[in-house]
Amino acid sequence: MSWVLVLPIAVPFATAVVAYLARNYAAGRWISLAGSGLSLVVSAVLMVAVLNEGVIAAQMSNWRAPFGITLVADYLSAVMVVITAITGLATAIYALGEIPEETERLGFYALFQVLIAGVTGAFLTGDLFNLYVWFEVMLIASFSLLVIGGGKDRLDAGIKYVALNLVSTLIFLSGIGLLYGVTGTLNMADLRQAVAQAENQGLITVIAMMFMVGFGVKAAVFPLFFWLPASYHTPYFAISAVFAGLLTKVGVYALMRMFTLVFVGDVGFTHEILLWVSVLTMFTGVIGAAAQSDFRKILSFHIISQIGYMTLGLALFTPLALVGGVFYLVHHIIVKANLFFVAGLAQQYAGSTDLNRIGGLYKSAPLLAALFIIPAFSLAGFPPLSGFWAKYLIVKAALEIDAWFIAFVSLLVGLLTIFSMTKIWGMAFWKPHPDGIDPTPDRAPARVTRAMIVPIAGLAAMTIVIGFYPEPFVQFATTAAAQLLDPTDYVTTVLGVQP
Amino acid sequence: MNSIIFTAAARLLVALLFVFSLFMLLRGHHLPGGGFIGGLIGAVAFIVYSLACGPAEARKALRITPEVIAMLGLGIALLAGMFSFFMGDPFFTGQWYWVGGDSYDTAAFSVNTVLVFDIGVYLVVLGGILSLTYAFEEET
Repeated sequence: MSWVLVLPIAVPFATAVVAYLARNYAAGRWISLAGSGLSLVVSAVLMVAVLNEGVIAAQMSNWRAPFGITLVADYLSAVMVVITAITGLATAIYALGEIPEETERLGFYALFQVLIAGVTGAFLTGDLFNLYVWFEVMLIASFSLLVIGGGKDRLDAGIKYVALNLVSTLIFLSGIGLLYGVTGTLNMADLRQAVAQAENQGLITVIAMMFMVGFGVKAAVFPLFFWLPASYHTPYFAISAVFAGLLTKVGVYALMRMFTLVFVGDVGFTHEILLWVSVLTMFTGVIGAAAQSDFRKILSFHIISQIGYMTLGLALFTPLALVGGVFYLVHHIIVKANLFFVAGLAQQYAGSTDLNRIGGLYKSAPLLAALFIIPAFSLAGFPPLSGFWAKYLIVKAALEIDAWFIAFVSLLVGLLTIFSMTKIWGMAFWKPHPDGIDPTPDRAPARVTRAMIVPIAGLAAMTIVIGFYPEPFVQFATTAAAQLLDPTDYVTTVLGVQP
Repeated sequence: MNSIIFTAAARLLVALLFVFSLFMLLRGHHLPGGGFIGGLIGAVAFIVYSLACGPAEARKALRITPEVIAMLGLGIALLAGMFSFFMGDPFFTGQWYWVGGDSYDTAAFSVNTVLVFDIGVYLVVLGGILSLTYAFEEET
């Protein structure tokens, strides 16, 4: 049983080792691809096990909880692991087209697999210090991936990224230390009881805020988001797609986990702060996007704005809002990674990502235009795409508790998102190319186009499927949200039945 | 560094450091210590050697690149953790086999996956530290 939980982490690590040893040969990239495929298989096995049994847990090295490291998967963890594997596979295919051979020889695929292992580990761990370790694994791998391939821009972005993320992990680590001092445990399930019984609830709230700031930097919420638009527009497109899809979501996931499982003693205070942070995040993100004219910078600011919706789902803290939050999380990963993929292919065809210097893609690459429309409109929340249901759930949850202003802001942000998407559409696809050239697909080698279009089409198909047939996904999110709000199952599975 | 005293002393030091790093590695699996500290000391040995004879010479002495050593170490550590799969135990559960007895007190020595894991850690630390320091030394 326990191996079901271990394999989604162990497979990417093993792939990283083999891919690194084979980095000088063409085999390296195929090993990475095969490893990502295998990761998807083992993640699917995990998903099936969770669907059958509810919550599953495994104690590493046979050390009983709360003393050893526990791996736990409930519905939320399982779906995040599966979506990570899907994004990983899509990126592994995309990278076949984009990543040049010199970069492959520097160990690109090994770093990429380690990043996936780190993200998966963060989703599966049931131990707070172990979560910190996975954050560090992710940080090391992502920093290397950000600067790999060289160049002034990338180093500049990398320094900003790593400096701010180090501050965040430092705050997170201090929080862990304080929490351990107060409760004497770091097992998340055990913490739920220990925190509730702690004498000094004031200090617990302070620690909760430290966690909120630490995870908030990772998740790029207002006012801690400034590292994100400073760094996401420089690396390879495959990399920025993975970052955009997964890295900030780890922060959101950690917020969701900690503020439903552990820090629920003073919801009126902590979640109220999170609520206004979410509203400001949504709004500043979308306003920031309106001021940009670079494909990837617009998309980067939209990540921030969308993060606001997810944390809003958590902050409203009603069953329906959490359903919306979980649904949004999954939908957003697919859509946002896909938009970065599209940006990469557009750059191959038209030669740049600066919207003032490209154009004419609709005429010469209609397939790409169609594939852009799907995630772009899904992002903005157009029915019947996946983003519509995600926004619908959040707005409905806000209206249910008479939070009119919040519902209004989230609808307004949706409208402004359409503005940005139509700006990209108009400037990159409709207007003629400013240099008068025809950005035909022939400008990119056929091998590149083929490798890049497959993941774009695959993710777009998933968006459509979720959009037209949301029932099972909403049901799933409902169960996930129920487990978050009532983590009795989670606690008893990890610790065993308490006397 | 072209100091004849340092070069001569380095020969002695490097050998001593190596023996000490292996000692730390082996001592660690029953008592505190182990792969991490052993790997650090092993790396120091190579760093002293590269300061005395130059990074090019040190790379030659290492035979394979430090990055590959680190990755092999990661692989060995992973395999040591996976071994418990065949015994039906969770990931990373130490597997112990006693030679000449049936417990810690009576056996002459033991064969176990904990030491294999520590060797993996040793190689990761050695390779990681060396790839960093060599990169810095060659820059200047």
